[in-house]
Amino acid sequence: MIDKLSWVTIYPEIVLLVMACIIALVDLSDTSPRRTRTYVLTLLTLLVVAVLTGMAAIDGKTSYGFGGMVVSDSMGNWLKCFSTIALMVTLIYGRPYAADREMLRGGELFTVSMFALLGMFVMISGSNFLLIYLGLELLTLSSYALVALRRDNAVASEAAMKYFVLGAMASGFLLYGLSMMYGATGSLDLNEVFKAISTGKVNHQVLVFGLVFIVAGLAFKVGAAPFHMWVPDVYQGAPTAVTLLIGAAPELAAFGIIIRLLVDGLQPLAIDWQQMLAVLAIASLLIGNLAAIAQSNLKRMLAYSTISQMGFMLLGLVAGSDLSGTQNAQAAYSASMFYIVTYVLTTLASFGIILLLAREGFESEEITDLAGLNQRSPLYAGVMAIAMFSLAGLPPLVGFYAKLAVLQALIASGQAIYIGLAVFAVMMSLVGAFYYLRVVKVMYFDAPVTATTVSASFDVRTVLMINGALILILGVLPGGLMTLCYDAIAATLAH
Amino acid sequence: MGLLSLAIWMPIAFGAALLAFGREEHAKGVRWVALVGAIVSFLVTVPLFTRFQNGTAAMQFVEKTSWISRFNVNYHIGLDGLSLWMVLLTSFITVVVVISAWEVITERVNQYMGAFLILSGFMIGVFSALDGILFYVFFEATLIPMYLIIGIWGGPNKIYAAFKFFLYTLLGSLLMLVALIFLYNKSGGSFDILAWHKLPLGSTAQTFLFFAFFAAFAVKVPMWPVHTWLPDVHVEAPTGGSAVLAAIMLKLGAYGFLRFSMPIAPDASHEWAWLMIALSLIAVIYVGLVALVQQDMKKLVAYSSVAHMGFVTLGFFIFNELGVSGGIVQMIAHGFVSGAMFLGIGVLYDRVHSRQIADYGGVVNTMPKFAAFALLFAMANCGLPGTAGFVGEWMVILGAVKANFWIGLGAATALIFGAAYTLWMYKRVYLGPVGNDHVKELSDINAREFLMLSLLAIAVLWMGLYPKPFTDAMDASVTELLRHVAVSKLPS
Repeated sequence: MIDKLSWVTIYPEIVLLVMACIIALVDLSDTSPRRTRTYVLTLLTLLVVAVLTGMAAIDGKTSYGFGGMVVSDSMGNWLKCFSTIALMVTLIYGRPYAADREMLRGGELFTVSMFALLGMFVMISGSNFLLIYLGLELLTLSSYALVALRRDNAVASEAAMKYFVLGAMASGFLLYGLSMMYGATGSLDLNEVFKAISTGKVNHQVLVFGLVFIVAGLAFKVGAAPFHMWVPDVYQGAPTAVTLLIGAAPELAAFGIIIRLLVDGLQPLAIDWQQMLAVLAIASLLIGNLAAIAQSNLKRMLAYSTISQMGFMLLGLVAGSDLSGTQNAQAAYSASMFYIVTYVLTTLASFGIILLLAREGFESEEITDLAGLNQRSPLYAGVMAIAMFSLAGLPPLVGFYAKLAVLQALIASGQAIYIGLAVFAVMMSLVGAFYYLRVVKVMYFDAPVTATTVSASFDVRTVLMINGALILILGVLPGGLMTLCYDAIAATLAH
Repeated sequence: MGLLSLAIWMPIAFGAALLAFGREEHAKGVRWVALVGAIVSFLVTVPLFTRFQNGTAAMQFVEKTSWISRFNVNYHIGLDGLSLWMVLLTSFITVVVVISAWEVITERVNQYMGAFLILSGFMIGVFSALDGILFYVFFEATLIPMYLIIGIWGGPNKIYAAFKFFLYTLLGSLLMLVALIFLYNKSGGSFDILAWHKLPLGSTAQTFLFFAFFAAFAVKVPMWPVHTWLPDVHVEAPTGGSAVLAAIMLKLGAYGFLRFSMPIAPDASHEWAWLMIALSLIAVIYVGLVALVQQDMKKLVAYSSVAHMGFVTLGFFIFNELGVSGGIVQMIAHGFVSGAMFLGIGVLYDRVHSRQIADYGGVVNTMPKFAAFALLFAMANCGLPGTAGFVGEWMVILGAVKANFWIGLGAATALIFGAAYTLWMYKRVYLGPVGNDHVKELSDINAREFLMLSLLAIAVLWMGLYPKPFTDAMDASVTELLRHVAVSKLPS
């Protein structure tokens, strides 16, 4: 069962694993406070991995390895490529912040985050319940450790504790659900499960029971309401660099397993999980947007904004499951993928600015800390404004097309209830516009509290500018990324 | 790149350059670059008029390239008689606004000028777009610069006003977005606005579309009772912002009725015309009365804008040629006149730092040249023959009388109220003995202000004395629109 082809499917994972170990060893001899050697090596490794996965994605072939345990396909490779890039950007933004707070002492930030990435890779390419679960656990265990990286900081430790307890519960839910599925269908392999359910001979009640737990577990992981309770606390409590780490790349991986588990594996149960996702989406949009208004802490506000954005993304999946024509269904799923990819891009930029503004002993977490940023540094204020307007879904920024694609998927179904959902979603994004605008207001309209100009090292500044420009450029020319997402989803669902 | 594209992107390019390379300390250079940018952008739009073929309803200067192929969205632009003058008005007002801000804006000059130039490009984009998504992108994008303009350079309560402006107008546009996507699906995957005009639609769908578009455009116009954001915003916005808002941004809404609501949902438009007419008449009469009691000059002109825009929507929804052309002429005239009124108030405000009517009196004694301009614009505002304000109002009233005598009568009362509030304000601000020490120390307008007001005065008189070029260009398109709207789209 393990042939030469099997290894081809997991090259990037092997590179990642080996290099993570090597870097951990190299770090022993690197004692500089900023860990330049470890940092450079990590970035180089990630670059190689990004290129490897990117090439595999462009190649577009779907291949299975290790007896169907692992699948390497276009969607998975793109998601891996994007999460690798997201992690690179996170580390670039986060290093000065981490160095100031002595979070680089053991170099764990780099090695553990590489293991987290490895976890995402395994999740994304798992075609077997067991493997998906293993990947998820590798990711979450690494995340717990990262959140607790500032072990002398009470807030961070508390966040880590909450994250761990709730995360463990979510994992338990998911595992329970998966085992129900195994019990009902007699297989852990996604394709086998799919076949077993399609026959219609399996007891539907057992399946739905398992499904409820799977959906609840997944909802915990993406932070959809009403399973969102950990998100604001962890976002706020974790060191900002780590917040970005758990808030950006893992969302891509979570999207990956939702597609694999629900759309690919449990498609025959679509009618059941669709309703659950619809409820999750509505609750997320409502709770996320309304709660975000009341926040004065920027990280907490962005946490609630994440919840609402996930709600919007879920609407695409809801629409997809209801469309009988495969082409429309693919369009709907690809709308969700486009949504999540652009969301990660925007999140990177907004947290990048927060990280930049945080100075030694000062966290820059309150919205008012951004006051007058336009006078202190028009460039960074511009990047943040672009990110906020994009999250609010305003053209000509990429966030608009993400919302457009999801709304189009909803309305394409032609049913009145979905048009109603679309109207509800736009009303909620109107509420959302209010708190995103408030950030812009503080930066542009308020007088600065401090006169210090913002300075950034060359790498941070360059990447931030590229990041902001991409939000705008993809807003003017979103076609390429849209087509990419569509083709990737189409290839994954075709087999 | 075609001429029309150039008209859209030229100001945006200049504005973006100012934002990227303009420095706080080089205010002087920034002003000149902005002026050159505005003038060049205006000159680019002039050939659109000179080369425009009258007598055809077909789109001209059409450009079409695929933009987002996944959704069959095209970069599709063109002009017809309904939109030609809006484009020229926009580029013209931008020049005036740049001149008006010359010495007045002293902080963040590059951002101010950049925002106005970019805004100008976006608005020309709205008037030129023939693709639903392209229209929406431009329509929404105008909110960003306007929000910043109000919030950064506005008055004491600017933040409230900026939020109110943004969220009010966003609410409407988002419903329009749902309508656009709905049409995309109905038409089998096309965002082509002209193709939508030919789409047969059932009565439920038409009603839904009509009200979705109504939400977007009525707020923008703004029609009574969703007009409440306008006075608040005008009071807080800087002079240039008020001028652009009144002169052009309100027209985006009125234009939307012509381009979307009426031709796409003609049956619903006829069915709900009574509502539109009723709301328009309330705007004309009731809001006119509200304007009468204002103490703040800007608020007065803001309410007068609502009343004048009521004429526009009234003209559109009586569905005859005089009414619709009158409405469009009124849009252009109101662009010149309200722009001039707000800039005039700005001139006074720069000197006295008050907009209260009570703080003035006898300005004509110290600022005779300025008072002469103000008189001309006041006359135009009450619709005196020979000025731009007359032509549109007269056409709309004539059209209304043709349709129904009582509607015409109601509309005509507006002339009385219009004259009342405008002239009464003029009397209290300009005439009589010098009111106080502030007025005594006023100096008359300088060459820059003279230039700015002259440009508008020429436009107002030209349009009042010789409106033919305006009406000639739109005739064929209006006829075509009405012919189209007269045919039911309900599937038989």
